[in-house]
Amino acid sequence: MAATSPPGTGLLKGLGVTIKHLFQRPATLMYPYERNELAPRTRGVIALMDENCTVCMLCSRECPDWCIYIESHKETVPPAKEGGRARTRNVLDRFAIDFSLCMYCGICVEVCPFDALWWSPEFEYSEYSIDSLLHEKEKLRAWADTVPAPPPLDDGAVLPAEVADAIEKAEKERELAEAKAAEEAQAKESGAAGGAATPAAAAKEPEVEVKAGEIDQETFDQLIAEGKSERIARSKAKAAWVKKEKARLKAEAEQGGGDAAAPAAAPKPAEVHVEAGQIDQETYDQLIAEGKTERMARAKAKAAYVKKEKARLRAEAEQAAPSGESAAPEAEAPAKKQLSEVHVEGTGEIDQEVFDQLIAEGKSERIARSKAKAAWIKKRKQEQLDQEGGA
Amino acid sequence: MTAISSGATTYIAQSVSLFDGFDGFVLPLVLKIAFVLQLFFVVPLVGGYLEHKAMGRMQHRRGPVEAGPFGVLQLVADGIKFIQKEDVIPRAADRWVFAAAPGVAMVPALLVFLVIPLGPGVFALDLELGLFYALAITSVSVLGVLMGGWASANKFSLIGGLRAGAQLIAYELPLILAAITVAVQAGTLSLVGIVEAQAGFMIPGTGINVWFVFPQIVGFGIFFISAMAELSRPPFDMPIGDSELVFGYMTEYTGIKYAMYMLTEYAGMITMSALMVVLYLGGWQLLPGVPMPGCEGAGGLFDCSPIGIALSVLVTLGKIMALVFVMVWARVAYPRLREDQLQRMSWLVLVPLSLLNLAVITVFKVVF
Repeated sequence: MAATSPPGTGLLKGLGVTIKHLFQRPATLMYPYERNELAPRTRGVIALMDENCTVCMLCSRECPDWCIYIESHKETVPPAKEGGRARTRNVLDRFAIDFSLCMYCGICVEVCPFDALWWSPEFEYSEYSIDSLLHEKEKLRAWADTVPAPPPLDDGAVLPAEVADAIEKAEKERELAEAKAAEEAQAKESGAAGGAATPAAAAKEPEVEVKAGEIDQETFDQLIAEGKSERIARSKAKAAWVKKEKARLKAEAEQGGGDAAAPAAAPKPAEVHVEAGQIDQETYDQLIAEGKTERMARAKAKAAYVKKEKARLRAEAEQAAPSGESAAPEAEAPAKKQLSEVHVEGTGEIDQEVFDQLIAEGKSERIARSKAKAAWIKKRKQEQLDQEGGA
Repeated sequence: MTAISSGATTYIAQSVSLFDGFDGFVLPLVLKIAFVLQLFFVVPLVGGYLEHKAMGRMQHRRGPVEAGPFGVLQLVADGIKFIQKEDVIPRAADRWVFAAAPGVAMVPALLVFLVIPLGPGVFALDLELGLFYALAITSVSVLGVLMGGWASANKFSLIGGLRAGAQLIAYELPLILAAITVAVQAGTLSLVGIVEAQAGFMIPGTGINVWFVFPQIVGFGIFFISAMAELSRPPFDMPIGDSELVFGYMTEYTGIKYAMYMLTEYAGMITMSALMVVLYLGGWQLLPGVPMPGCEGAGGLFDCSPIGIALSVLVTLGKIMALVFVMVWARVAYPRLREDQLQRMSWLVLVPLSLLNLAVITVFKVVF
């Protein structure tokens, strides 16, 4: 270019560029007065949902800056059933992140297996003194309230496995129900009752799809009382809910009538779970109203919940006998021999029924086999107990 | 023209300053001092604000916005900040030279304002050797820079000071040669006289009045480039080149001393622009050949009513700010030259060109 254009052209061009920019709008954002929209996954501050934390120390160990401080102690939880082994549980005493050291790599958030750490887009927490950047558990918990909801899935994205499974199952059930309804309609010449049943059944199906993530509260409570981790309890309770729902739908389809009570009852316990995690909402509200800190209220409400749950289970046990399989078979009869006291030989056998069912539910073969094995052992034990009780 | 006829050996004022209209000795003196000081402290701040804003906008920024309305008080705030700062003198520094250097640099920049005419009678002094005085006194500033560079006991400061010395000497020459050419054409060294000469300068053979920038466009370019180099303004800021020398001879300076160096630079921008206005752009003339409203004297530039005087001052200040803007513009547009390119440009391009310019103008002056 320099060879072809007269000398000085480049200099004038330079002046032209700058003068052009003089008349363009400045790109400055008048920050404290104006704010731009942050990206949905902005890494502003790390929030802690301490009720999810199991003190596994993964975050603290993975942190490249070693800026996460965790302190905890072990608490002994009384055995779920009498004569059982007392269990220990980690209780979080201190969880602190030093944001003067943090480099916002997000490894702790990625590595947390229990969704206790989250990114929040809040970034305005600068301080006059560097020690104030050490955010303790309470402050980290407060950030958790600013965590935005996860962005919606893209169109055509693969659904989460459990949701997809539940939908698929519900679809199958609906087809079955429709087929049955059609048969009934054919059988009945009048067709009025059948005609009414089909739309009623069809109307209930979408509900199942929507609430596929719900859990069976009873099962969940029971598992928790048994000392299972929340995560495991939730997943099992989910499966139990799907099972129950299936049964309910089947029953409905057979009845051909619409009972509005059952679907209304189902979401209620789930709601309690979603909002409160594992706390007694009543106690919690009361403590908050009394001016206790959120953390204290949560902890006490948790304790209250466990107490209540225990009382309930004991009452059930006293009523004894025929409360059914689903309502805590282990806890129901303190006078009887416990399942755990019965020894059963045999390791290779599996409960074929359970195995088939789990496979049908889309579980992996490994999981299905191990669960089926456990089911087989349980059955044998129950049989032994029954025999002894009979004798 | 107020020719050279009036006995060129004396330093007495040629035309009368407005401030001499008051009685006595003390009052005019105080007024003149006040005039020069306000020129020195206020106009450079305006120029600095213009630089901040223009540079910001050219770089897609807003410039200062918070201090005062539209950020106009930013430089005042900066000044207050500088006064509050700790005055650090390096242990190895030559204390007295170090402390005196900013003053040595600043006082000449203050003294130039003595002879700058802003309008008819609006000047402290009209020396017969005004141009000579202005160029001579600005050259003293380099002493302050060299002193600061040497006394800091810092290699970057020293290199910066030496670069400044070399640069100021190299560009002094084309600057003076270009200014001499104007003096030759005007036939006077008085700055007021040069303005007056421009009002009476016609294109040979016609009755069209033009400023000296028209016959001396080359000289104007040389003067402009040399002035930027004299002031160490980008793209000629090798003495303080921050990517090479930290901050050159100002590296060790803090607080009020640093502020004095900065004020020297901004005041230098104003004086150099004012000299260009006077030498090439017709002083306080609004347009060539157009008499200032309210003025009756020669070329419609003198014997003005108060309105005419105010208008004249505004015109001069406007021209000065326009030139300051062009300097800022060049600063934003061009990257810093290399040290050897700087020296080559002066000795191999500007000096021969200005000599040629001088010769040509002199011949024309004799012929016409």
